[in-house]
Amino acid sequence: MKHTLKNVFHSPRFLVGFIIFMAILLTVLIYPYFVHRDPLQGLGKGFLEPGTYVSVYDANNTGTYRVDLPEAAEKRLESTLPAEDRQMMLDFLKAKGVDVSGLDASNDKLEGLLAAWKENYDEADAKKNKYEGFSTQAKRNALRRLDNRISGDNSNVAMSVVRGEGEEATSTAVSDTDYVKVDEVANAITLPLGTDNFGRDTLTELVKATGISLLIGLIAGSIATMLGLLVGLLAGYVGGLLDDVLMFIANIFTVIPGFVLLILIYSALGAESRGITTCAVIIGITSWVWTARSVRSQVISLRNRDHVNLSKLSGHSLFRIVTTDILPYIASYVVMAFILQVSSGILAEAQLSMLGLGPNPNELPTLGLMMNWAKLFGAYTSSNAWWAYFPVILMIALISFSLNLMNTGLDQVFNPTLRD
Amino acid sequence: MKTDEMNPAVVADNRESVSFGTRDKDFSKEPLCLSGRGVTRVFHTGKVTTVAVDHVDFDFHKGELISIVGESGSGKTTLSKMLLGLLEPTEGEIMFQGKPRDISTGAKKREYWKGIQAIFQDPFSSYNVFHKIDSVLLDCINMRGGKNLPKEQKIAMMTEACSFVNLKFAELTNKYPFELSGGQMQRLMIARIFLLKPNILLADEPTSMIDACSRATILDMLLKLRDETGMTVIFITHDIGLAYYISDAVYIMEHGKFVESGKPDKVMLEPEAPYTKRLISDVPKIHEPWDLSTVELLQKA
Repeated sequence: MKHTLKNVFHSPRFLVGFIIFMAILLTVLIYPYFVHRDPLQGLGKGFLEPGTYVSVYDANNTGTYRVDLPEAAEKRLESTLPAEDRQMMLDFLKAKGVDVSGLDASNDKLEGLLAAWKENYDEADAKKNKYEGFSTQAKRNALRRLDNRISGDNSNVAMSVVRGEGEEATSTAVSDTDYVKVDEVANAITLPLGTDNFGRDTLTELVKATGISLLIGLIAGSIATMLGLLVGLLAGYVGGLLDDVLMFIANIFTVIPGFVLLILIYSALGAESRGITTCAVIIGITSWVWTARSVRSQVISLRNRDHVNLSKLSGHSLFRIVTTDILPYIASYVVMAFILQVSSGILAEAQLSMLGLGPNPNELPTLGLMMNWAKLFGAYTSSNAWWAYFPVILMIALISFSLNLMNTGLDQVFNPTLRD
Repeated sequence: MKTDEMNPAVVADNRESVSFGTRDKDFSKEPLCLSGRGVTRVFHTGKVTTVAVDHVDFDFHKGELISIVGESGSGKTTLSKMLLGLLEPTEGEIMFQGKPRDISTGAKKREYWKGIQAIFQDPFSSYNVFHKIDSVLLDCINMRGGKNLPKEQKIAMMTEACSFVNLKFAELTNKYPFELSGGQMQRLMIARIFLLKPNILLADEPTSMIDACSRATILDMLLKLRDETGMTVIFITHDIGLAYYISDAVYIMEHGKFVESGKPDKVMLEPEAPYTKRLISDVPKIHEPWDLSTVELLQKA
């Protein structure tokens, strides 16, 4: 036993799978102690990109520090110069006959665009020549305002903060060198994976969903393995009529596509009565067949072995023979089957939820439900919110990858012929 | 342990003690231990029907050493499983100690198995690899009703059984069967029988998987056990030469039927059935060229 365990942990595949799985499991277990947030609580409206969000209101009420960054003006311009203004600059340069082939409205090219602008724009020149598209006074005024902003003349866009109400209101000017410390702002939140369509913190939701999905996989896997083991042992060891009846049932389950059966049961139940446990149980009782078949065939080959005959001759009961002379011999196989069942249970839940047949969406998130929401609210398409679905896909892939890796690792240890 | 098996002196010593004492004894006056009338076993695999054992009759007496000889596939193992009650005969009746055998319930089976025990061919697959040697032997003590004996007495019994087969219990305790050699495992099997003391011992080719040196030791122990306890030994083998040396009665089995039976001297020295002749001619004789005439005869037929 000790020797086997040692061998198992010497298998690199098993070890890699085990480490990945344990990392996921530990994250799921420890995360709630650091972030006390309800995973289903909406923090905002719609998808928010990943990043740190600082309250403007609180930032204005926080003490400021003077920081003079050399490239501050340029960066500010980069982030505030709208696309239509950039387009207008390009149009003007084109109208004036300047070669703009290397330039466009993107941030990368902003430096070149600004240089070309500064070289070619002159207010008096624009007024005199009336370039095509810029002949009206309004257009020329727009060009002048744009030029002012670019040259750093902020007199038109100065900012001030008004505090208090009515007569007591005081106004403070905000300088472009005023900075607040993020830690000192009363309300700031870092969303490493942004928010989903409901404005929920995707990371917190993902961690919770991973936990729930693992639980579903575990329950479904345990039920499937237990059921398969029981049926396989009975059919294989007792044999005769019982074997025929049990295998007949197993054949029926094999002929009916499991997933279709799952969809039918799920839709018949209705979303309200589909709790996490119900889902797991249903997945479990529709996926025992292959375990049962392979356990049965292994038991049949075992039941005529001499050590089983000897055990019978020693007067041991059926229960004792099955538990001490048969089960230990197939234990390694059952563990492997269990790992695969957990993996396929998680995948089955994800598939069903993707079709909108998952557990009740108002209770807890699951990986499948998160994918379903991302699909329903256009994260794949219109919003292009990769953070709402890509981490979920990655998590599902990681879980089943690690479980399958553990399974192949065990297979190599227990089946010496597979060792390379 | 290994040195014992290898030591020619020990082996030679054991050979000398092989008992020939009961060869000429008339066992027909002894009470019947196990007998069968028309015992048949048919296997169905799909549409193919195989008659493994075909209406065999036999009478095994108390204290007798019976050899059932036949080649692979002749139905020896099927017959032995029926005798042990691990398989039900399709037809026919088996009598145990003169009365029809009744093993219809689990309790009756357990009672029957107190009277009949077995040693199997392959010592490597006869043990549950997850159980220690102690538990194998303790099982036997429990089966004989010694469950509540004090621990010291149990250990004394196990030590006695081990020393009967030239093993040291102190060295075996807390070991697993697979840590022993094939010969040691088979000797442990005999120690098991020593503790159980059944009326009938069915030995299904107990020496065929073991090297020639250990074979003599094991046969000697079986015979010694028979002499001490007076049990009936049913010895199943494909080695007619071996059967000749040790048996009180020989049954020759071909295609599920007994083609010849009787005292070994009669069967071996004046064989009637062609199959028996062939089996005898197949025994390698060291000082003569190999007689292949019967094989040629069979091929012509």
